[in-house]
Amino acid sequence: MKLDVLEALSPYCWSPVPTPGEPAPAVRLFGDESLLAAMDDKVLEQITNVSRLPGLVGCALTMPDAHWGYGFPIGGVAAFDPEAGGIISAGGVGFDISCGIRCLRTNLTLEGTAPHLEALANQLFRDVPAGVGEEGEIRLSPSQLDEVMLEGARWAVAHGYGQKGDLEFVEERGTMAGARPRNVSDRAKKRQRGEMGTLGSGNHYLEVQVVDRILDPAAAGAFGLHEGQIIVSIHCGSRGLGHQIGTDYLITLAKAAAKLGLRLPDRELACAPIESPEGEQYLGAMNAAINIALANRQILTQLTREAFARVLSEARLETLFDVSHNTCKREQHEVDGQARLLYVHRKGATRAFGPGHPEIPEPYRVVGQPVIIGGSMGTGSYVLAGTAASERIAFSSASHGAGRAMSRNAALKHWNGRELIDSLRARGILIRTRSMRGAAEEAPGAYKDVDLVAEVTEKAGLARRVAFLRPKVCVKG
Amino acid sequence: MSGNPRSLQTDYFEHDADVGVIGRGASLEEALVAAAQATFAIMADLEAVRPLERVYVMFDENDPEFALVRWLNELLAEARAQGIVLSRFRLSRRDGRWRGEAEGEPWRSDLARGTEVKGATLTMLSVKAIPGGWEARCVVDV
Repeated sequence: MKLDVLEALSPYCWSPVPTPGEPAPAVRLFGDESLLAAMDDKVLEQITNVSRLPGLVGCALTMPDAHWGYGFPIGGVAAFDPEAGGIISAGGVGFDISCGIRCLRTNLTLEGTAPHLEALANQLFRDVPAGVGEEGEIRLSPSQLDEVMLEGARWAVAHGYGQKGDLEFVEERGTMAGARPRNVSDRAKKRQRGEMGTLGSGNHYLEVQVVDRILDPAAAGAFGLHEGQIIVSIHCGSRGLGHQIGTDYLITLAKAAAKLGLRLPDRELACAPIESPEGEQYLGAMNAAINIALANRQILTQLTREAFARVLSEARLETLFDVSHNTCKREQHEVDGQARLLYVHRKGATRAFGPGHPEIPEPYRVVGQPVIIGGSMGTGSYVLAGTAASERIAFSSASHGAGRAMSRNAALKHWNGRELIDSLRARGILIRTRSMRGAAEEAPGAYKDVDLVAEVTEKAGLARRVAFLRPKVCVKG
Repeated sequence: MSGNPRSLQTDYFEHDADVGVIGRGASLEEALVAAAQATFAIMADLEAVRPLERVYVMFDENDPEFALVRWLNELLAEARAQGIVLSRFRLSRRDGRWRGEAEGEPWRSDLARGTEVKGATLTMLSVKAIPGGWEARCVVDV
């Protein structure tokens, strides 16, 4: 992106230079010069389109890890007021509804675990279905699938996949209200056959990590983190069901928008007023998919615990937090001094409530919500904490990952999967995958500098860094 | 019905996070068949996939661009629901009604895995006549 089309409001917050004769777009881009310069022009085009949707409150925002997506940019945030004709958009949520990260802390240290990492990598790869074509062992009847869509992670815990204590540390306490399984197509339900408890493919992963550096000792203490500790992060979403809902409702919402005379600059921005039959139908289906994602990560948590127990019987894995980054959620935010109920789209962006927010689990409330910026398999990830400033400037949102810097096609031309895995092994990172193509596509060099993304996220005021996690084992989808 | 003749060409184009697929053929139907090949080749080596099972799809769509997205999404959903990978495709059209079929086999452990394609999107969607035939393209979500 050429920086001359932007105006710096601060070194870490930018707005587009208005076109003469046109109103300035209600857009803010968070990032520093280098991150913004590396972004595709499409990011600005897409977020400008988002800013023109009905009922937008404040500005449409991009996070420091933003990149070009479908309709909305990935790393895009936009809040809409239903009482002002605000819309809900399937493109603003993304296809992998409620994709997110479950982070588990352990009672293990790298020193004690290092001799067992090879065995642990093999066990996790055996026990956690990962990659295209891999299915889970859970088979649900139609009525059971409806139960999962209504109850989310609570269903999983009630059926032996996890511990009650997990739920306190999952967004929405494990169950997203407002799910409507009847709004989900038969095809979407059929696609979920065999997909409960699977990691998926693409950028999804299960990583065993070590806490490499503590950057905020007080918050790290509240989160139960210390240097040398083994952590597990699981990145995946609502699998085939969520994607089919996105596909189904893209068409439904496109037709609704046309019927209502909404002129969409991009077909992927298909949307309907929140308070319309089509909007409410999508919302009910999307909430059902959120519950599928929460249940899926809960099941994967239990599979991970069992794999650890087979290798290291003393291992105890507790949920640190589970946070989604592809959602639209009804939240109360203060706008111009007034509390308003808004529908906040976060597509490739993490909710980041600041200290004191009632939605934050009590043990963390004083320091802020845990935020996880997942990096590539060769670099690392960050745990951060939400800030009060993020509420003022970004509807309590922050970055979700390193963000791609290079397309998958380009990555395939640069790296060979086998060679990449061998080179990571030489650096002490064990990769397990069924896909050499997938490994090459996910090469660390194809991602932005996660250190810079996390640093800029902090400097922009969106969240503050708590700990850096270095990968030791990565099961790739 | 258009199958997999030599006139079909597959290609890819750039997208930050996902993959752009291109299918070219002598007819509109062939271009869509080629786009299906390009899509499934992201997931597996199509030469190694045996035609052991067959799926059928049918849909009504007058807009050729929406037809491309429908065609790919019907195939992807059917393949995923049945746990199979597809490699050979045929497609015909009468007025706005499209009938397609595809052959493939269940995933097996010795089949090299690529990256899962979850669906076709409206992003960079284009179906148009080109010199000597048709070209169909869109971004697929992986």
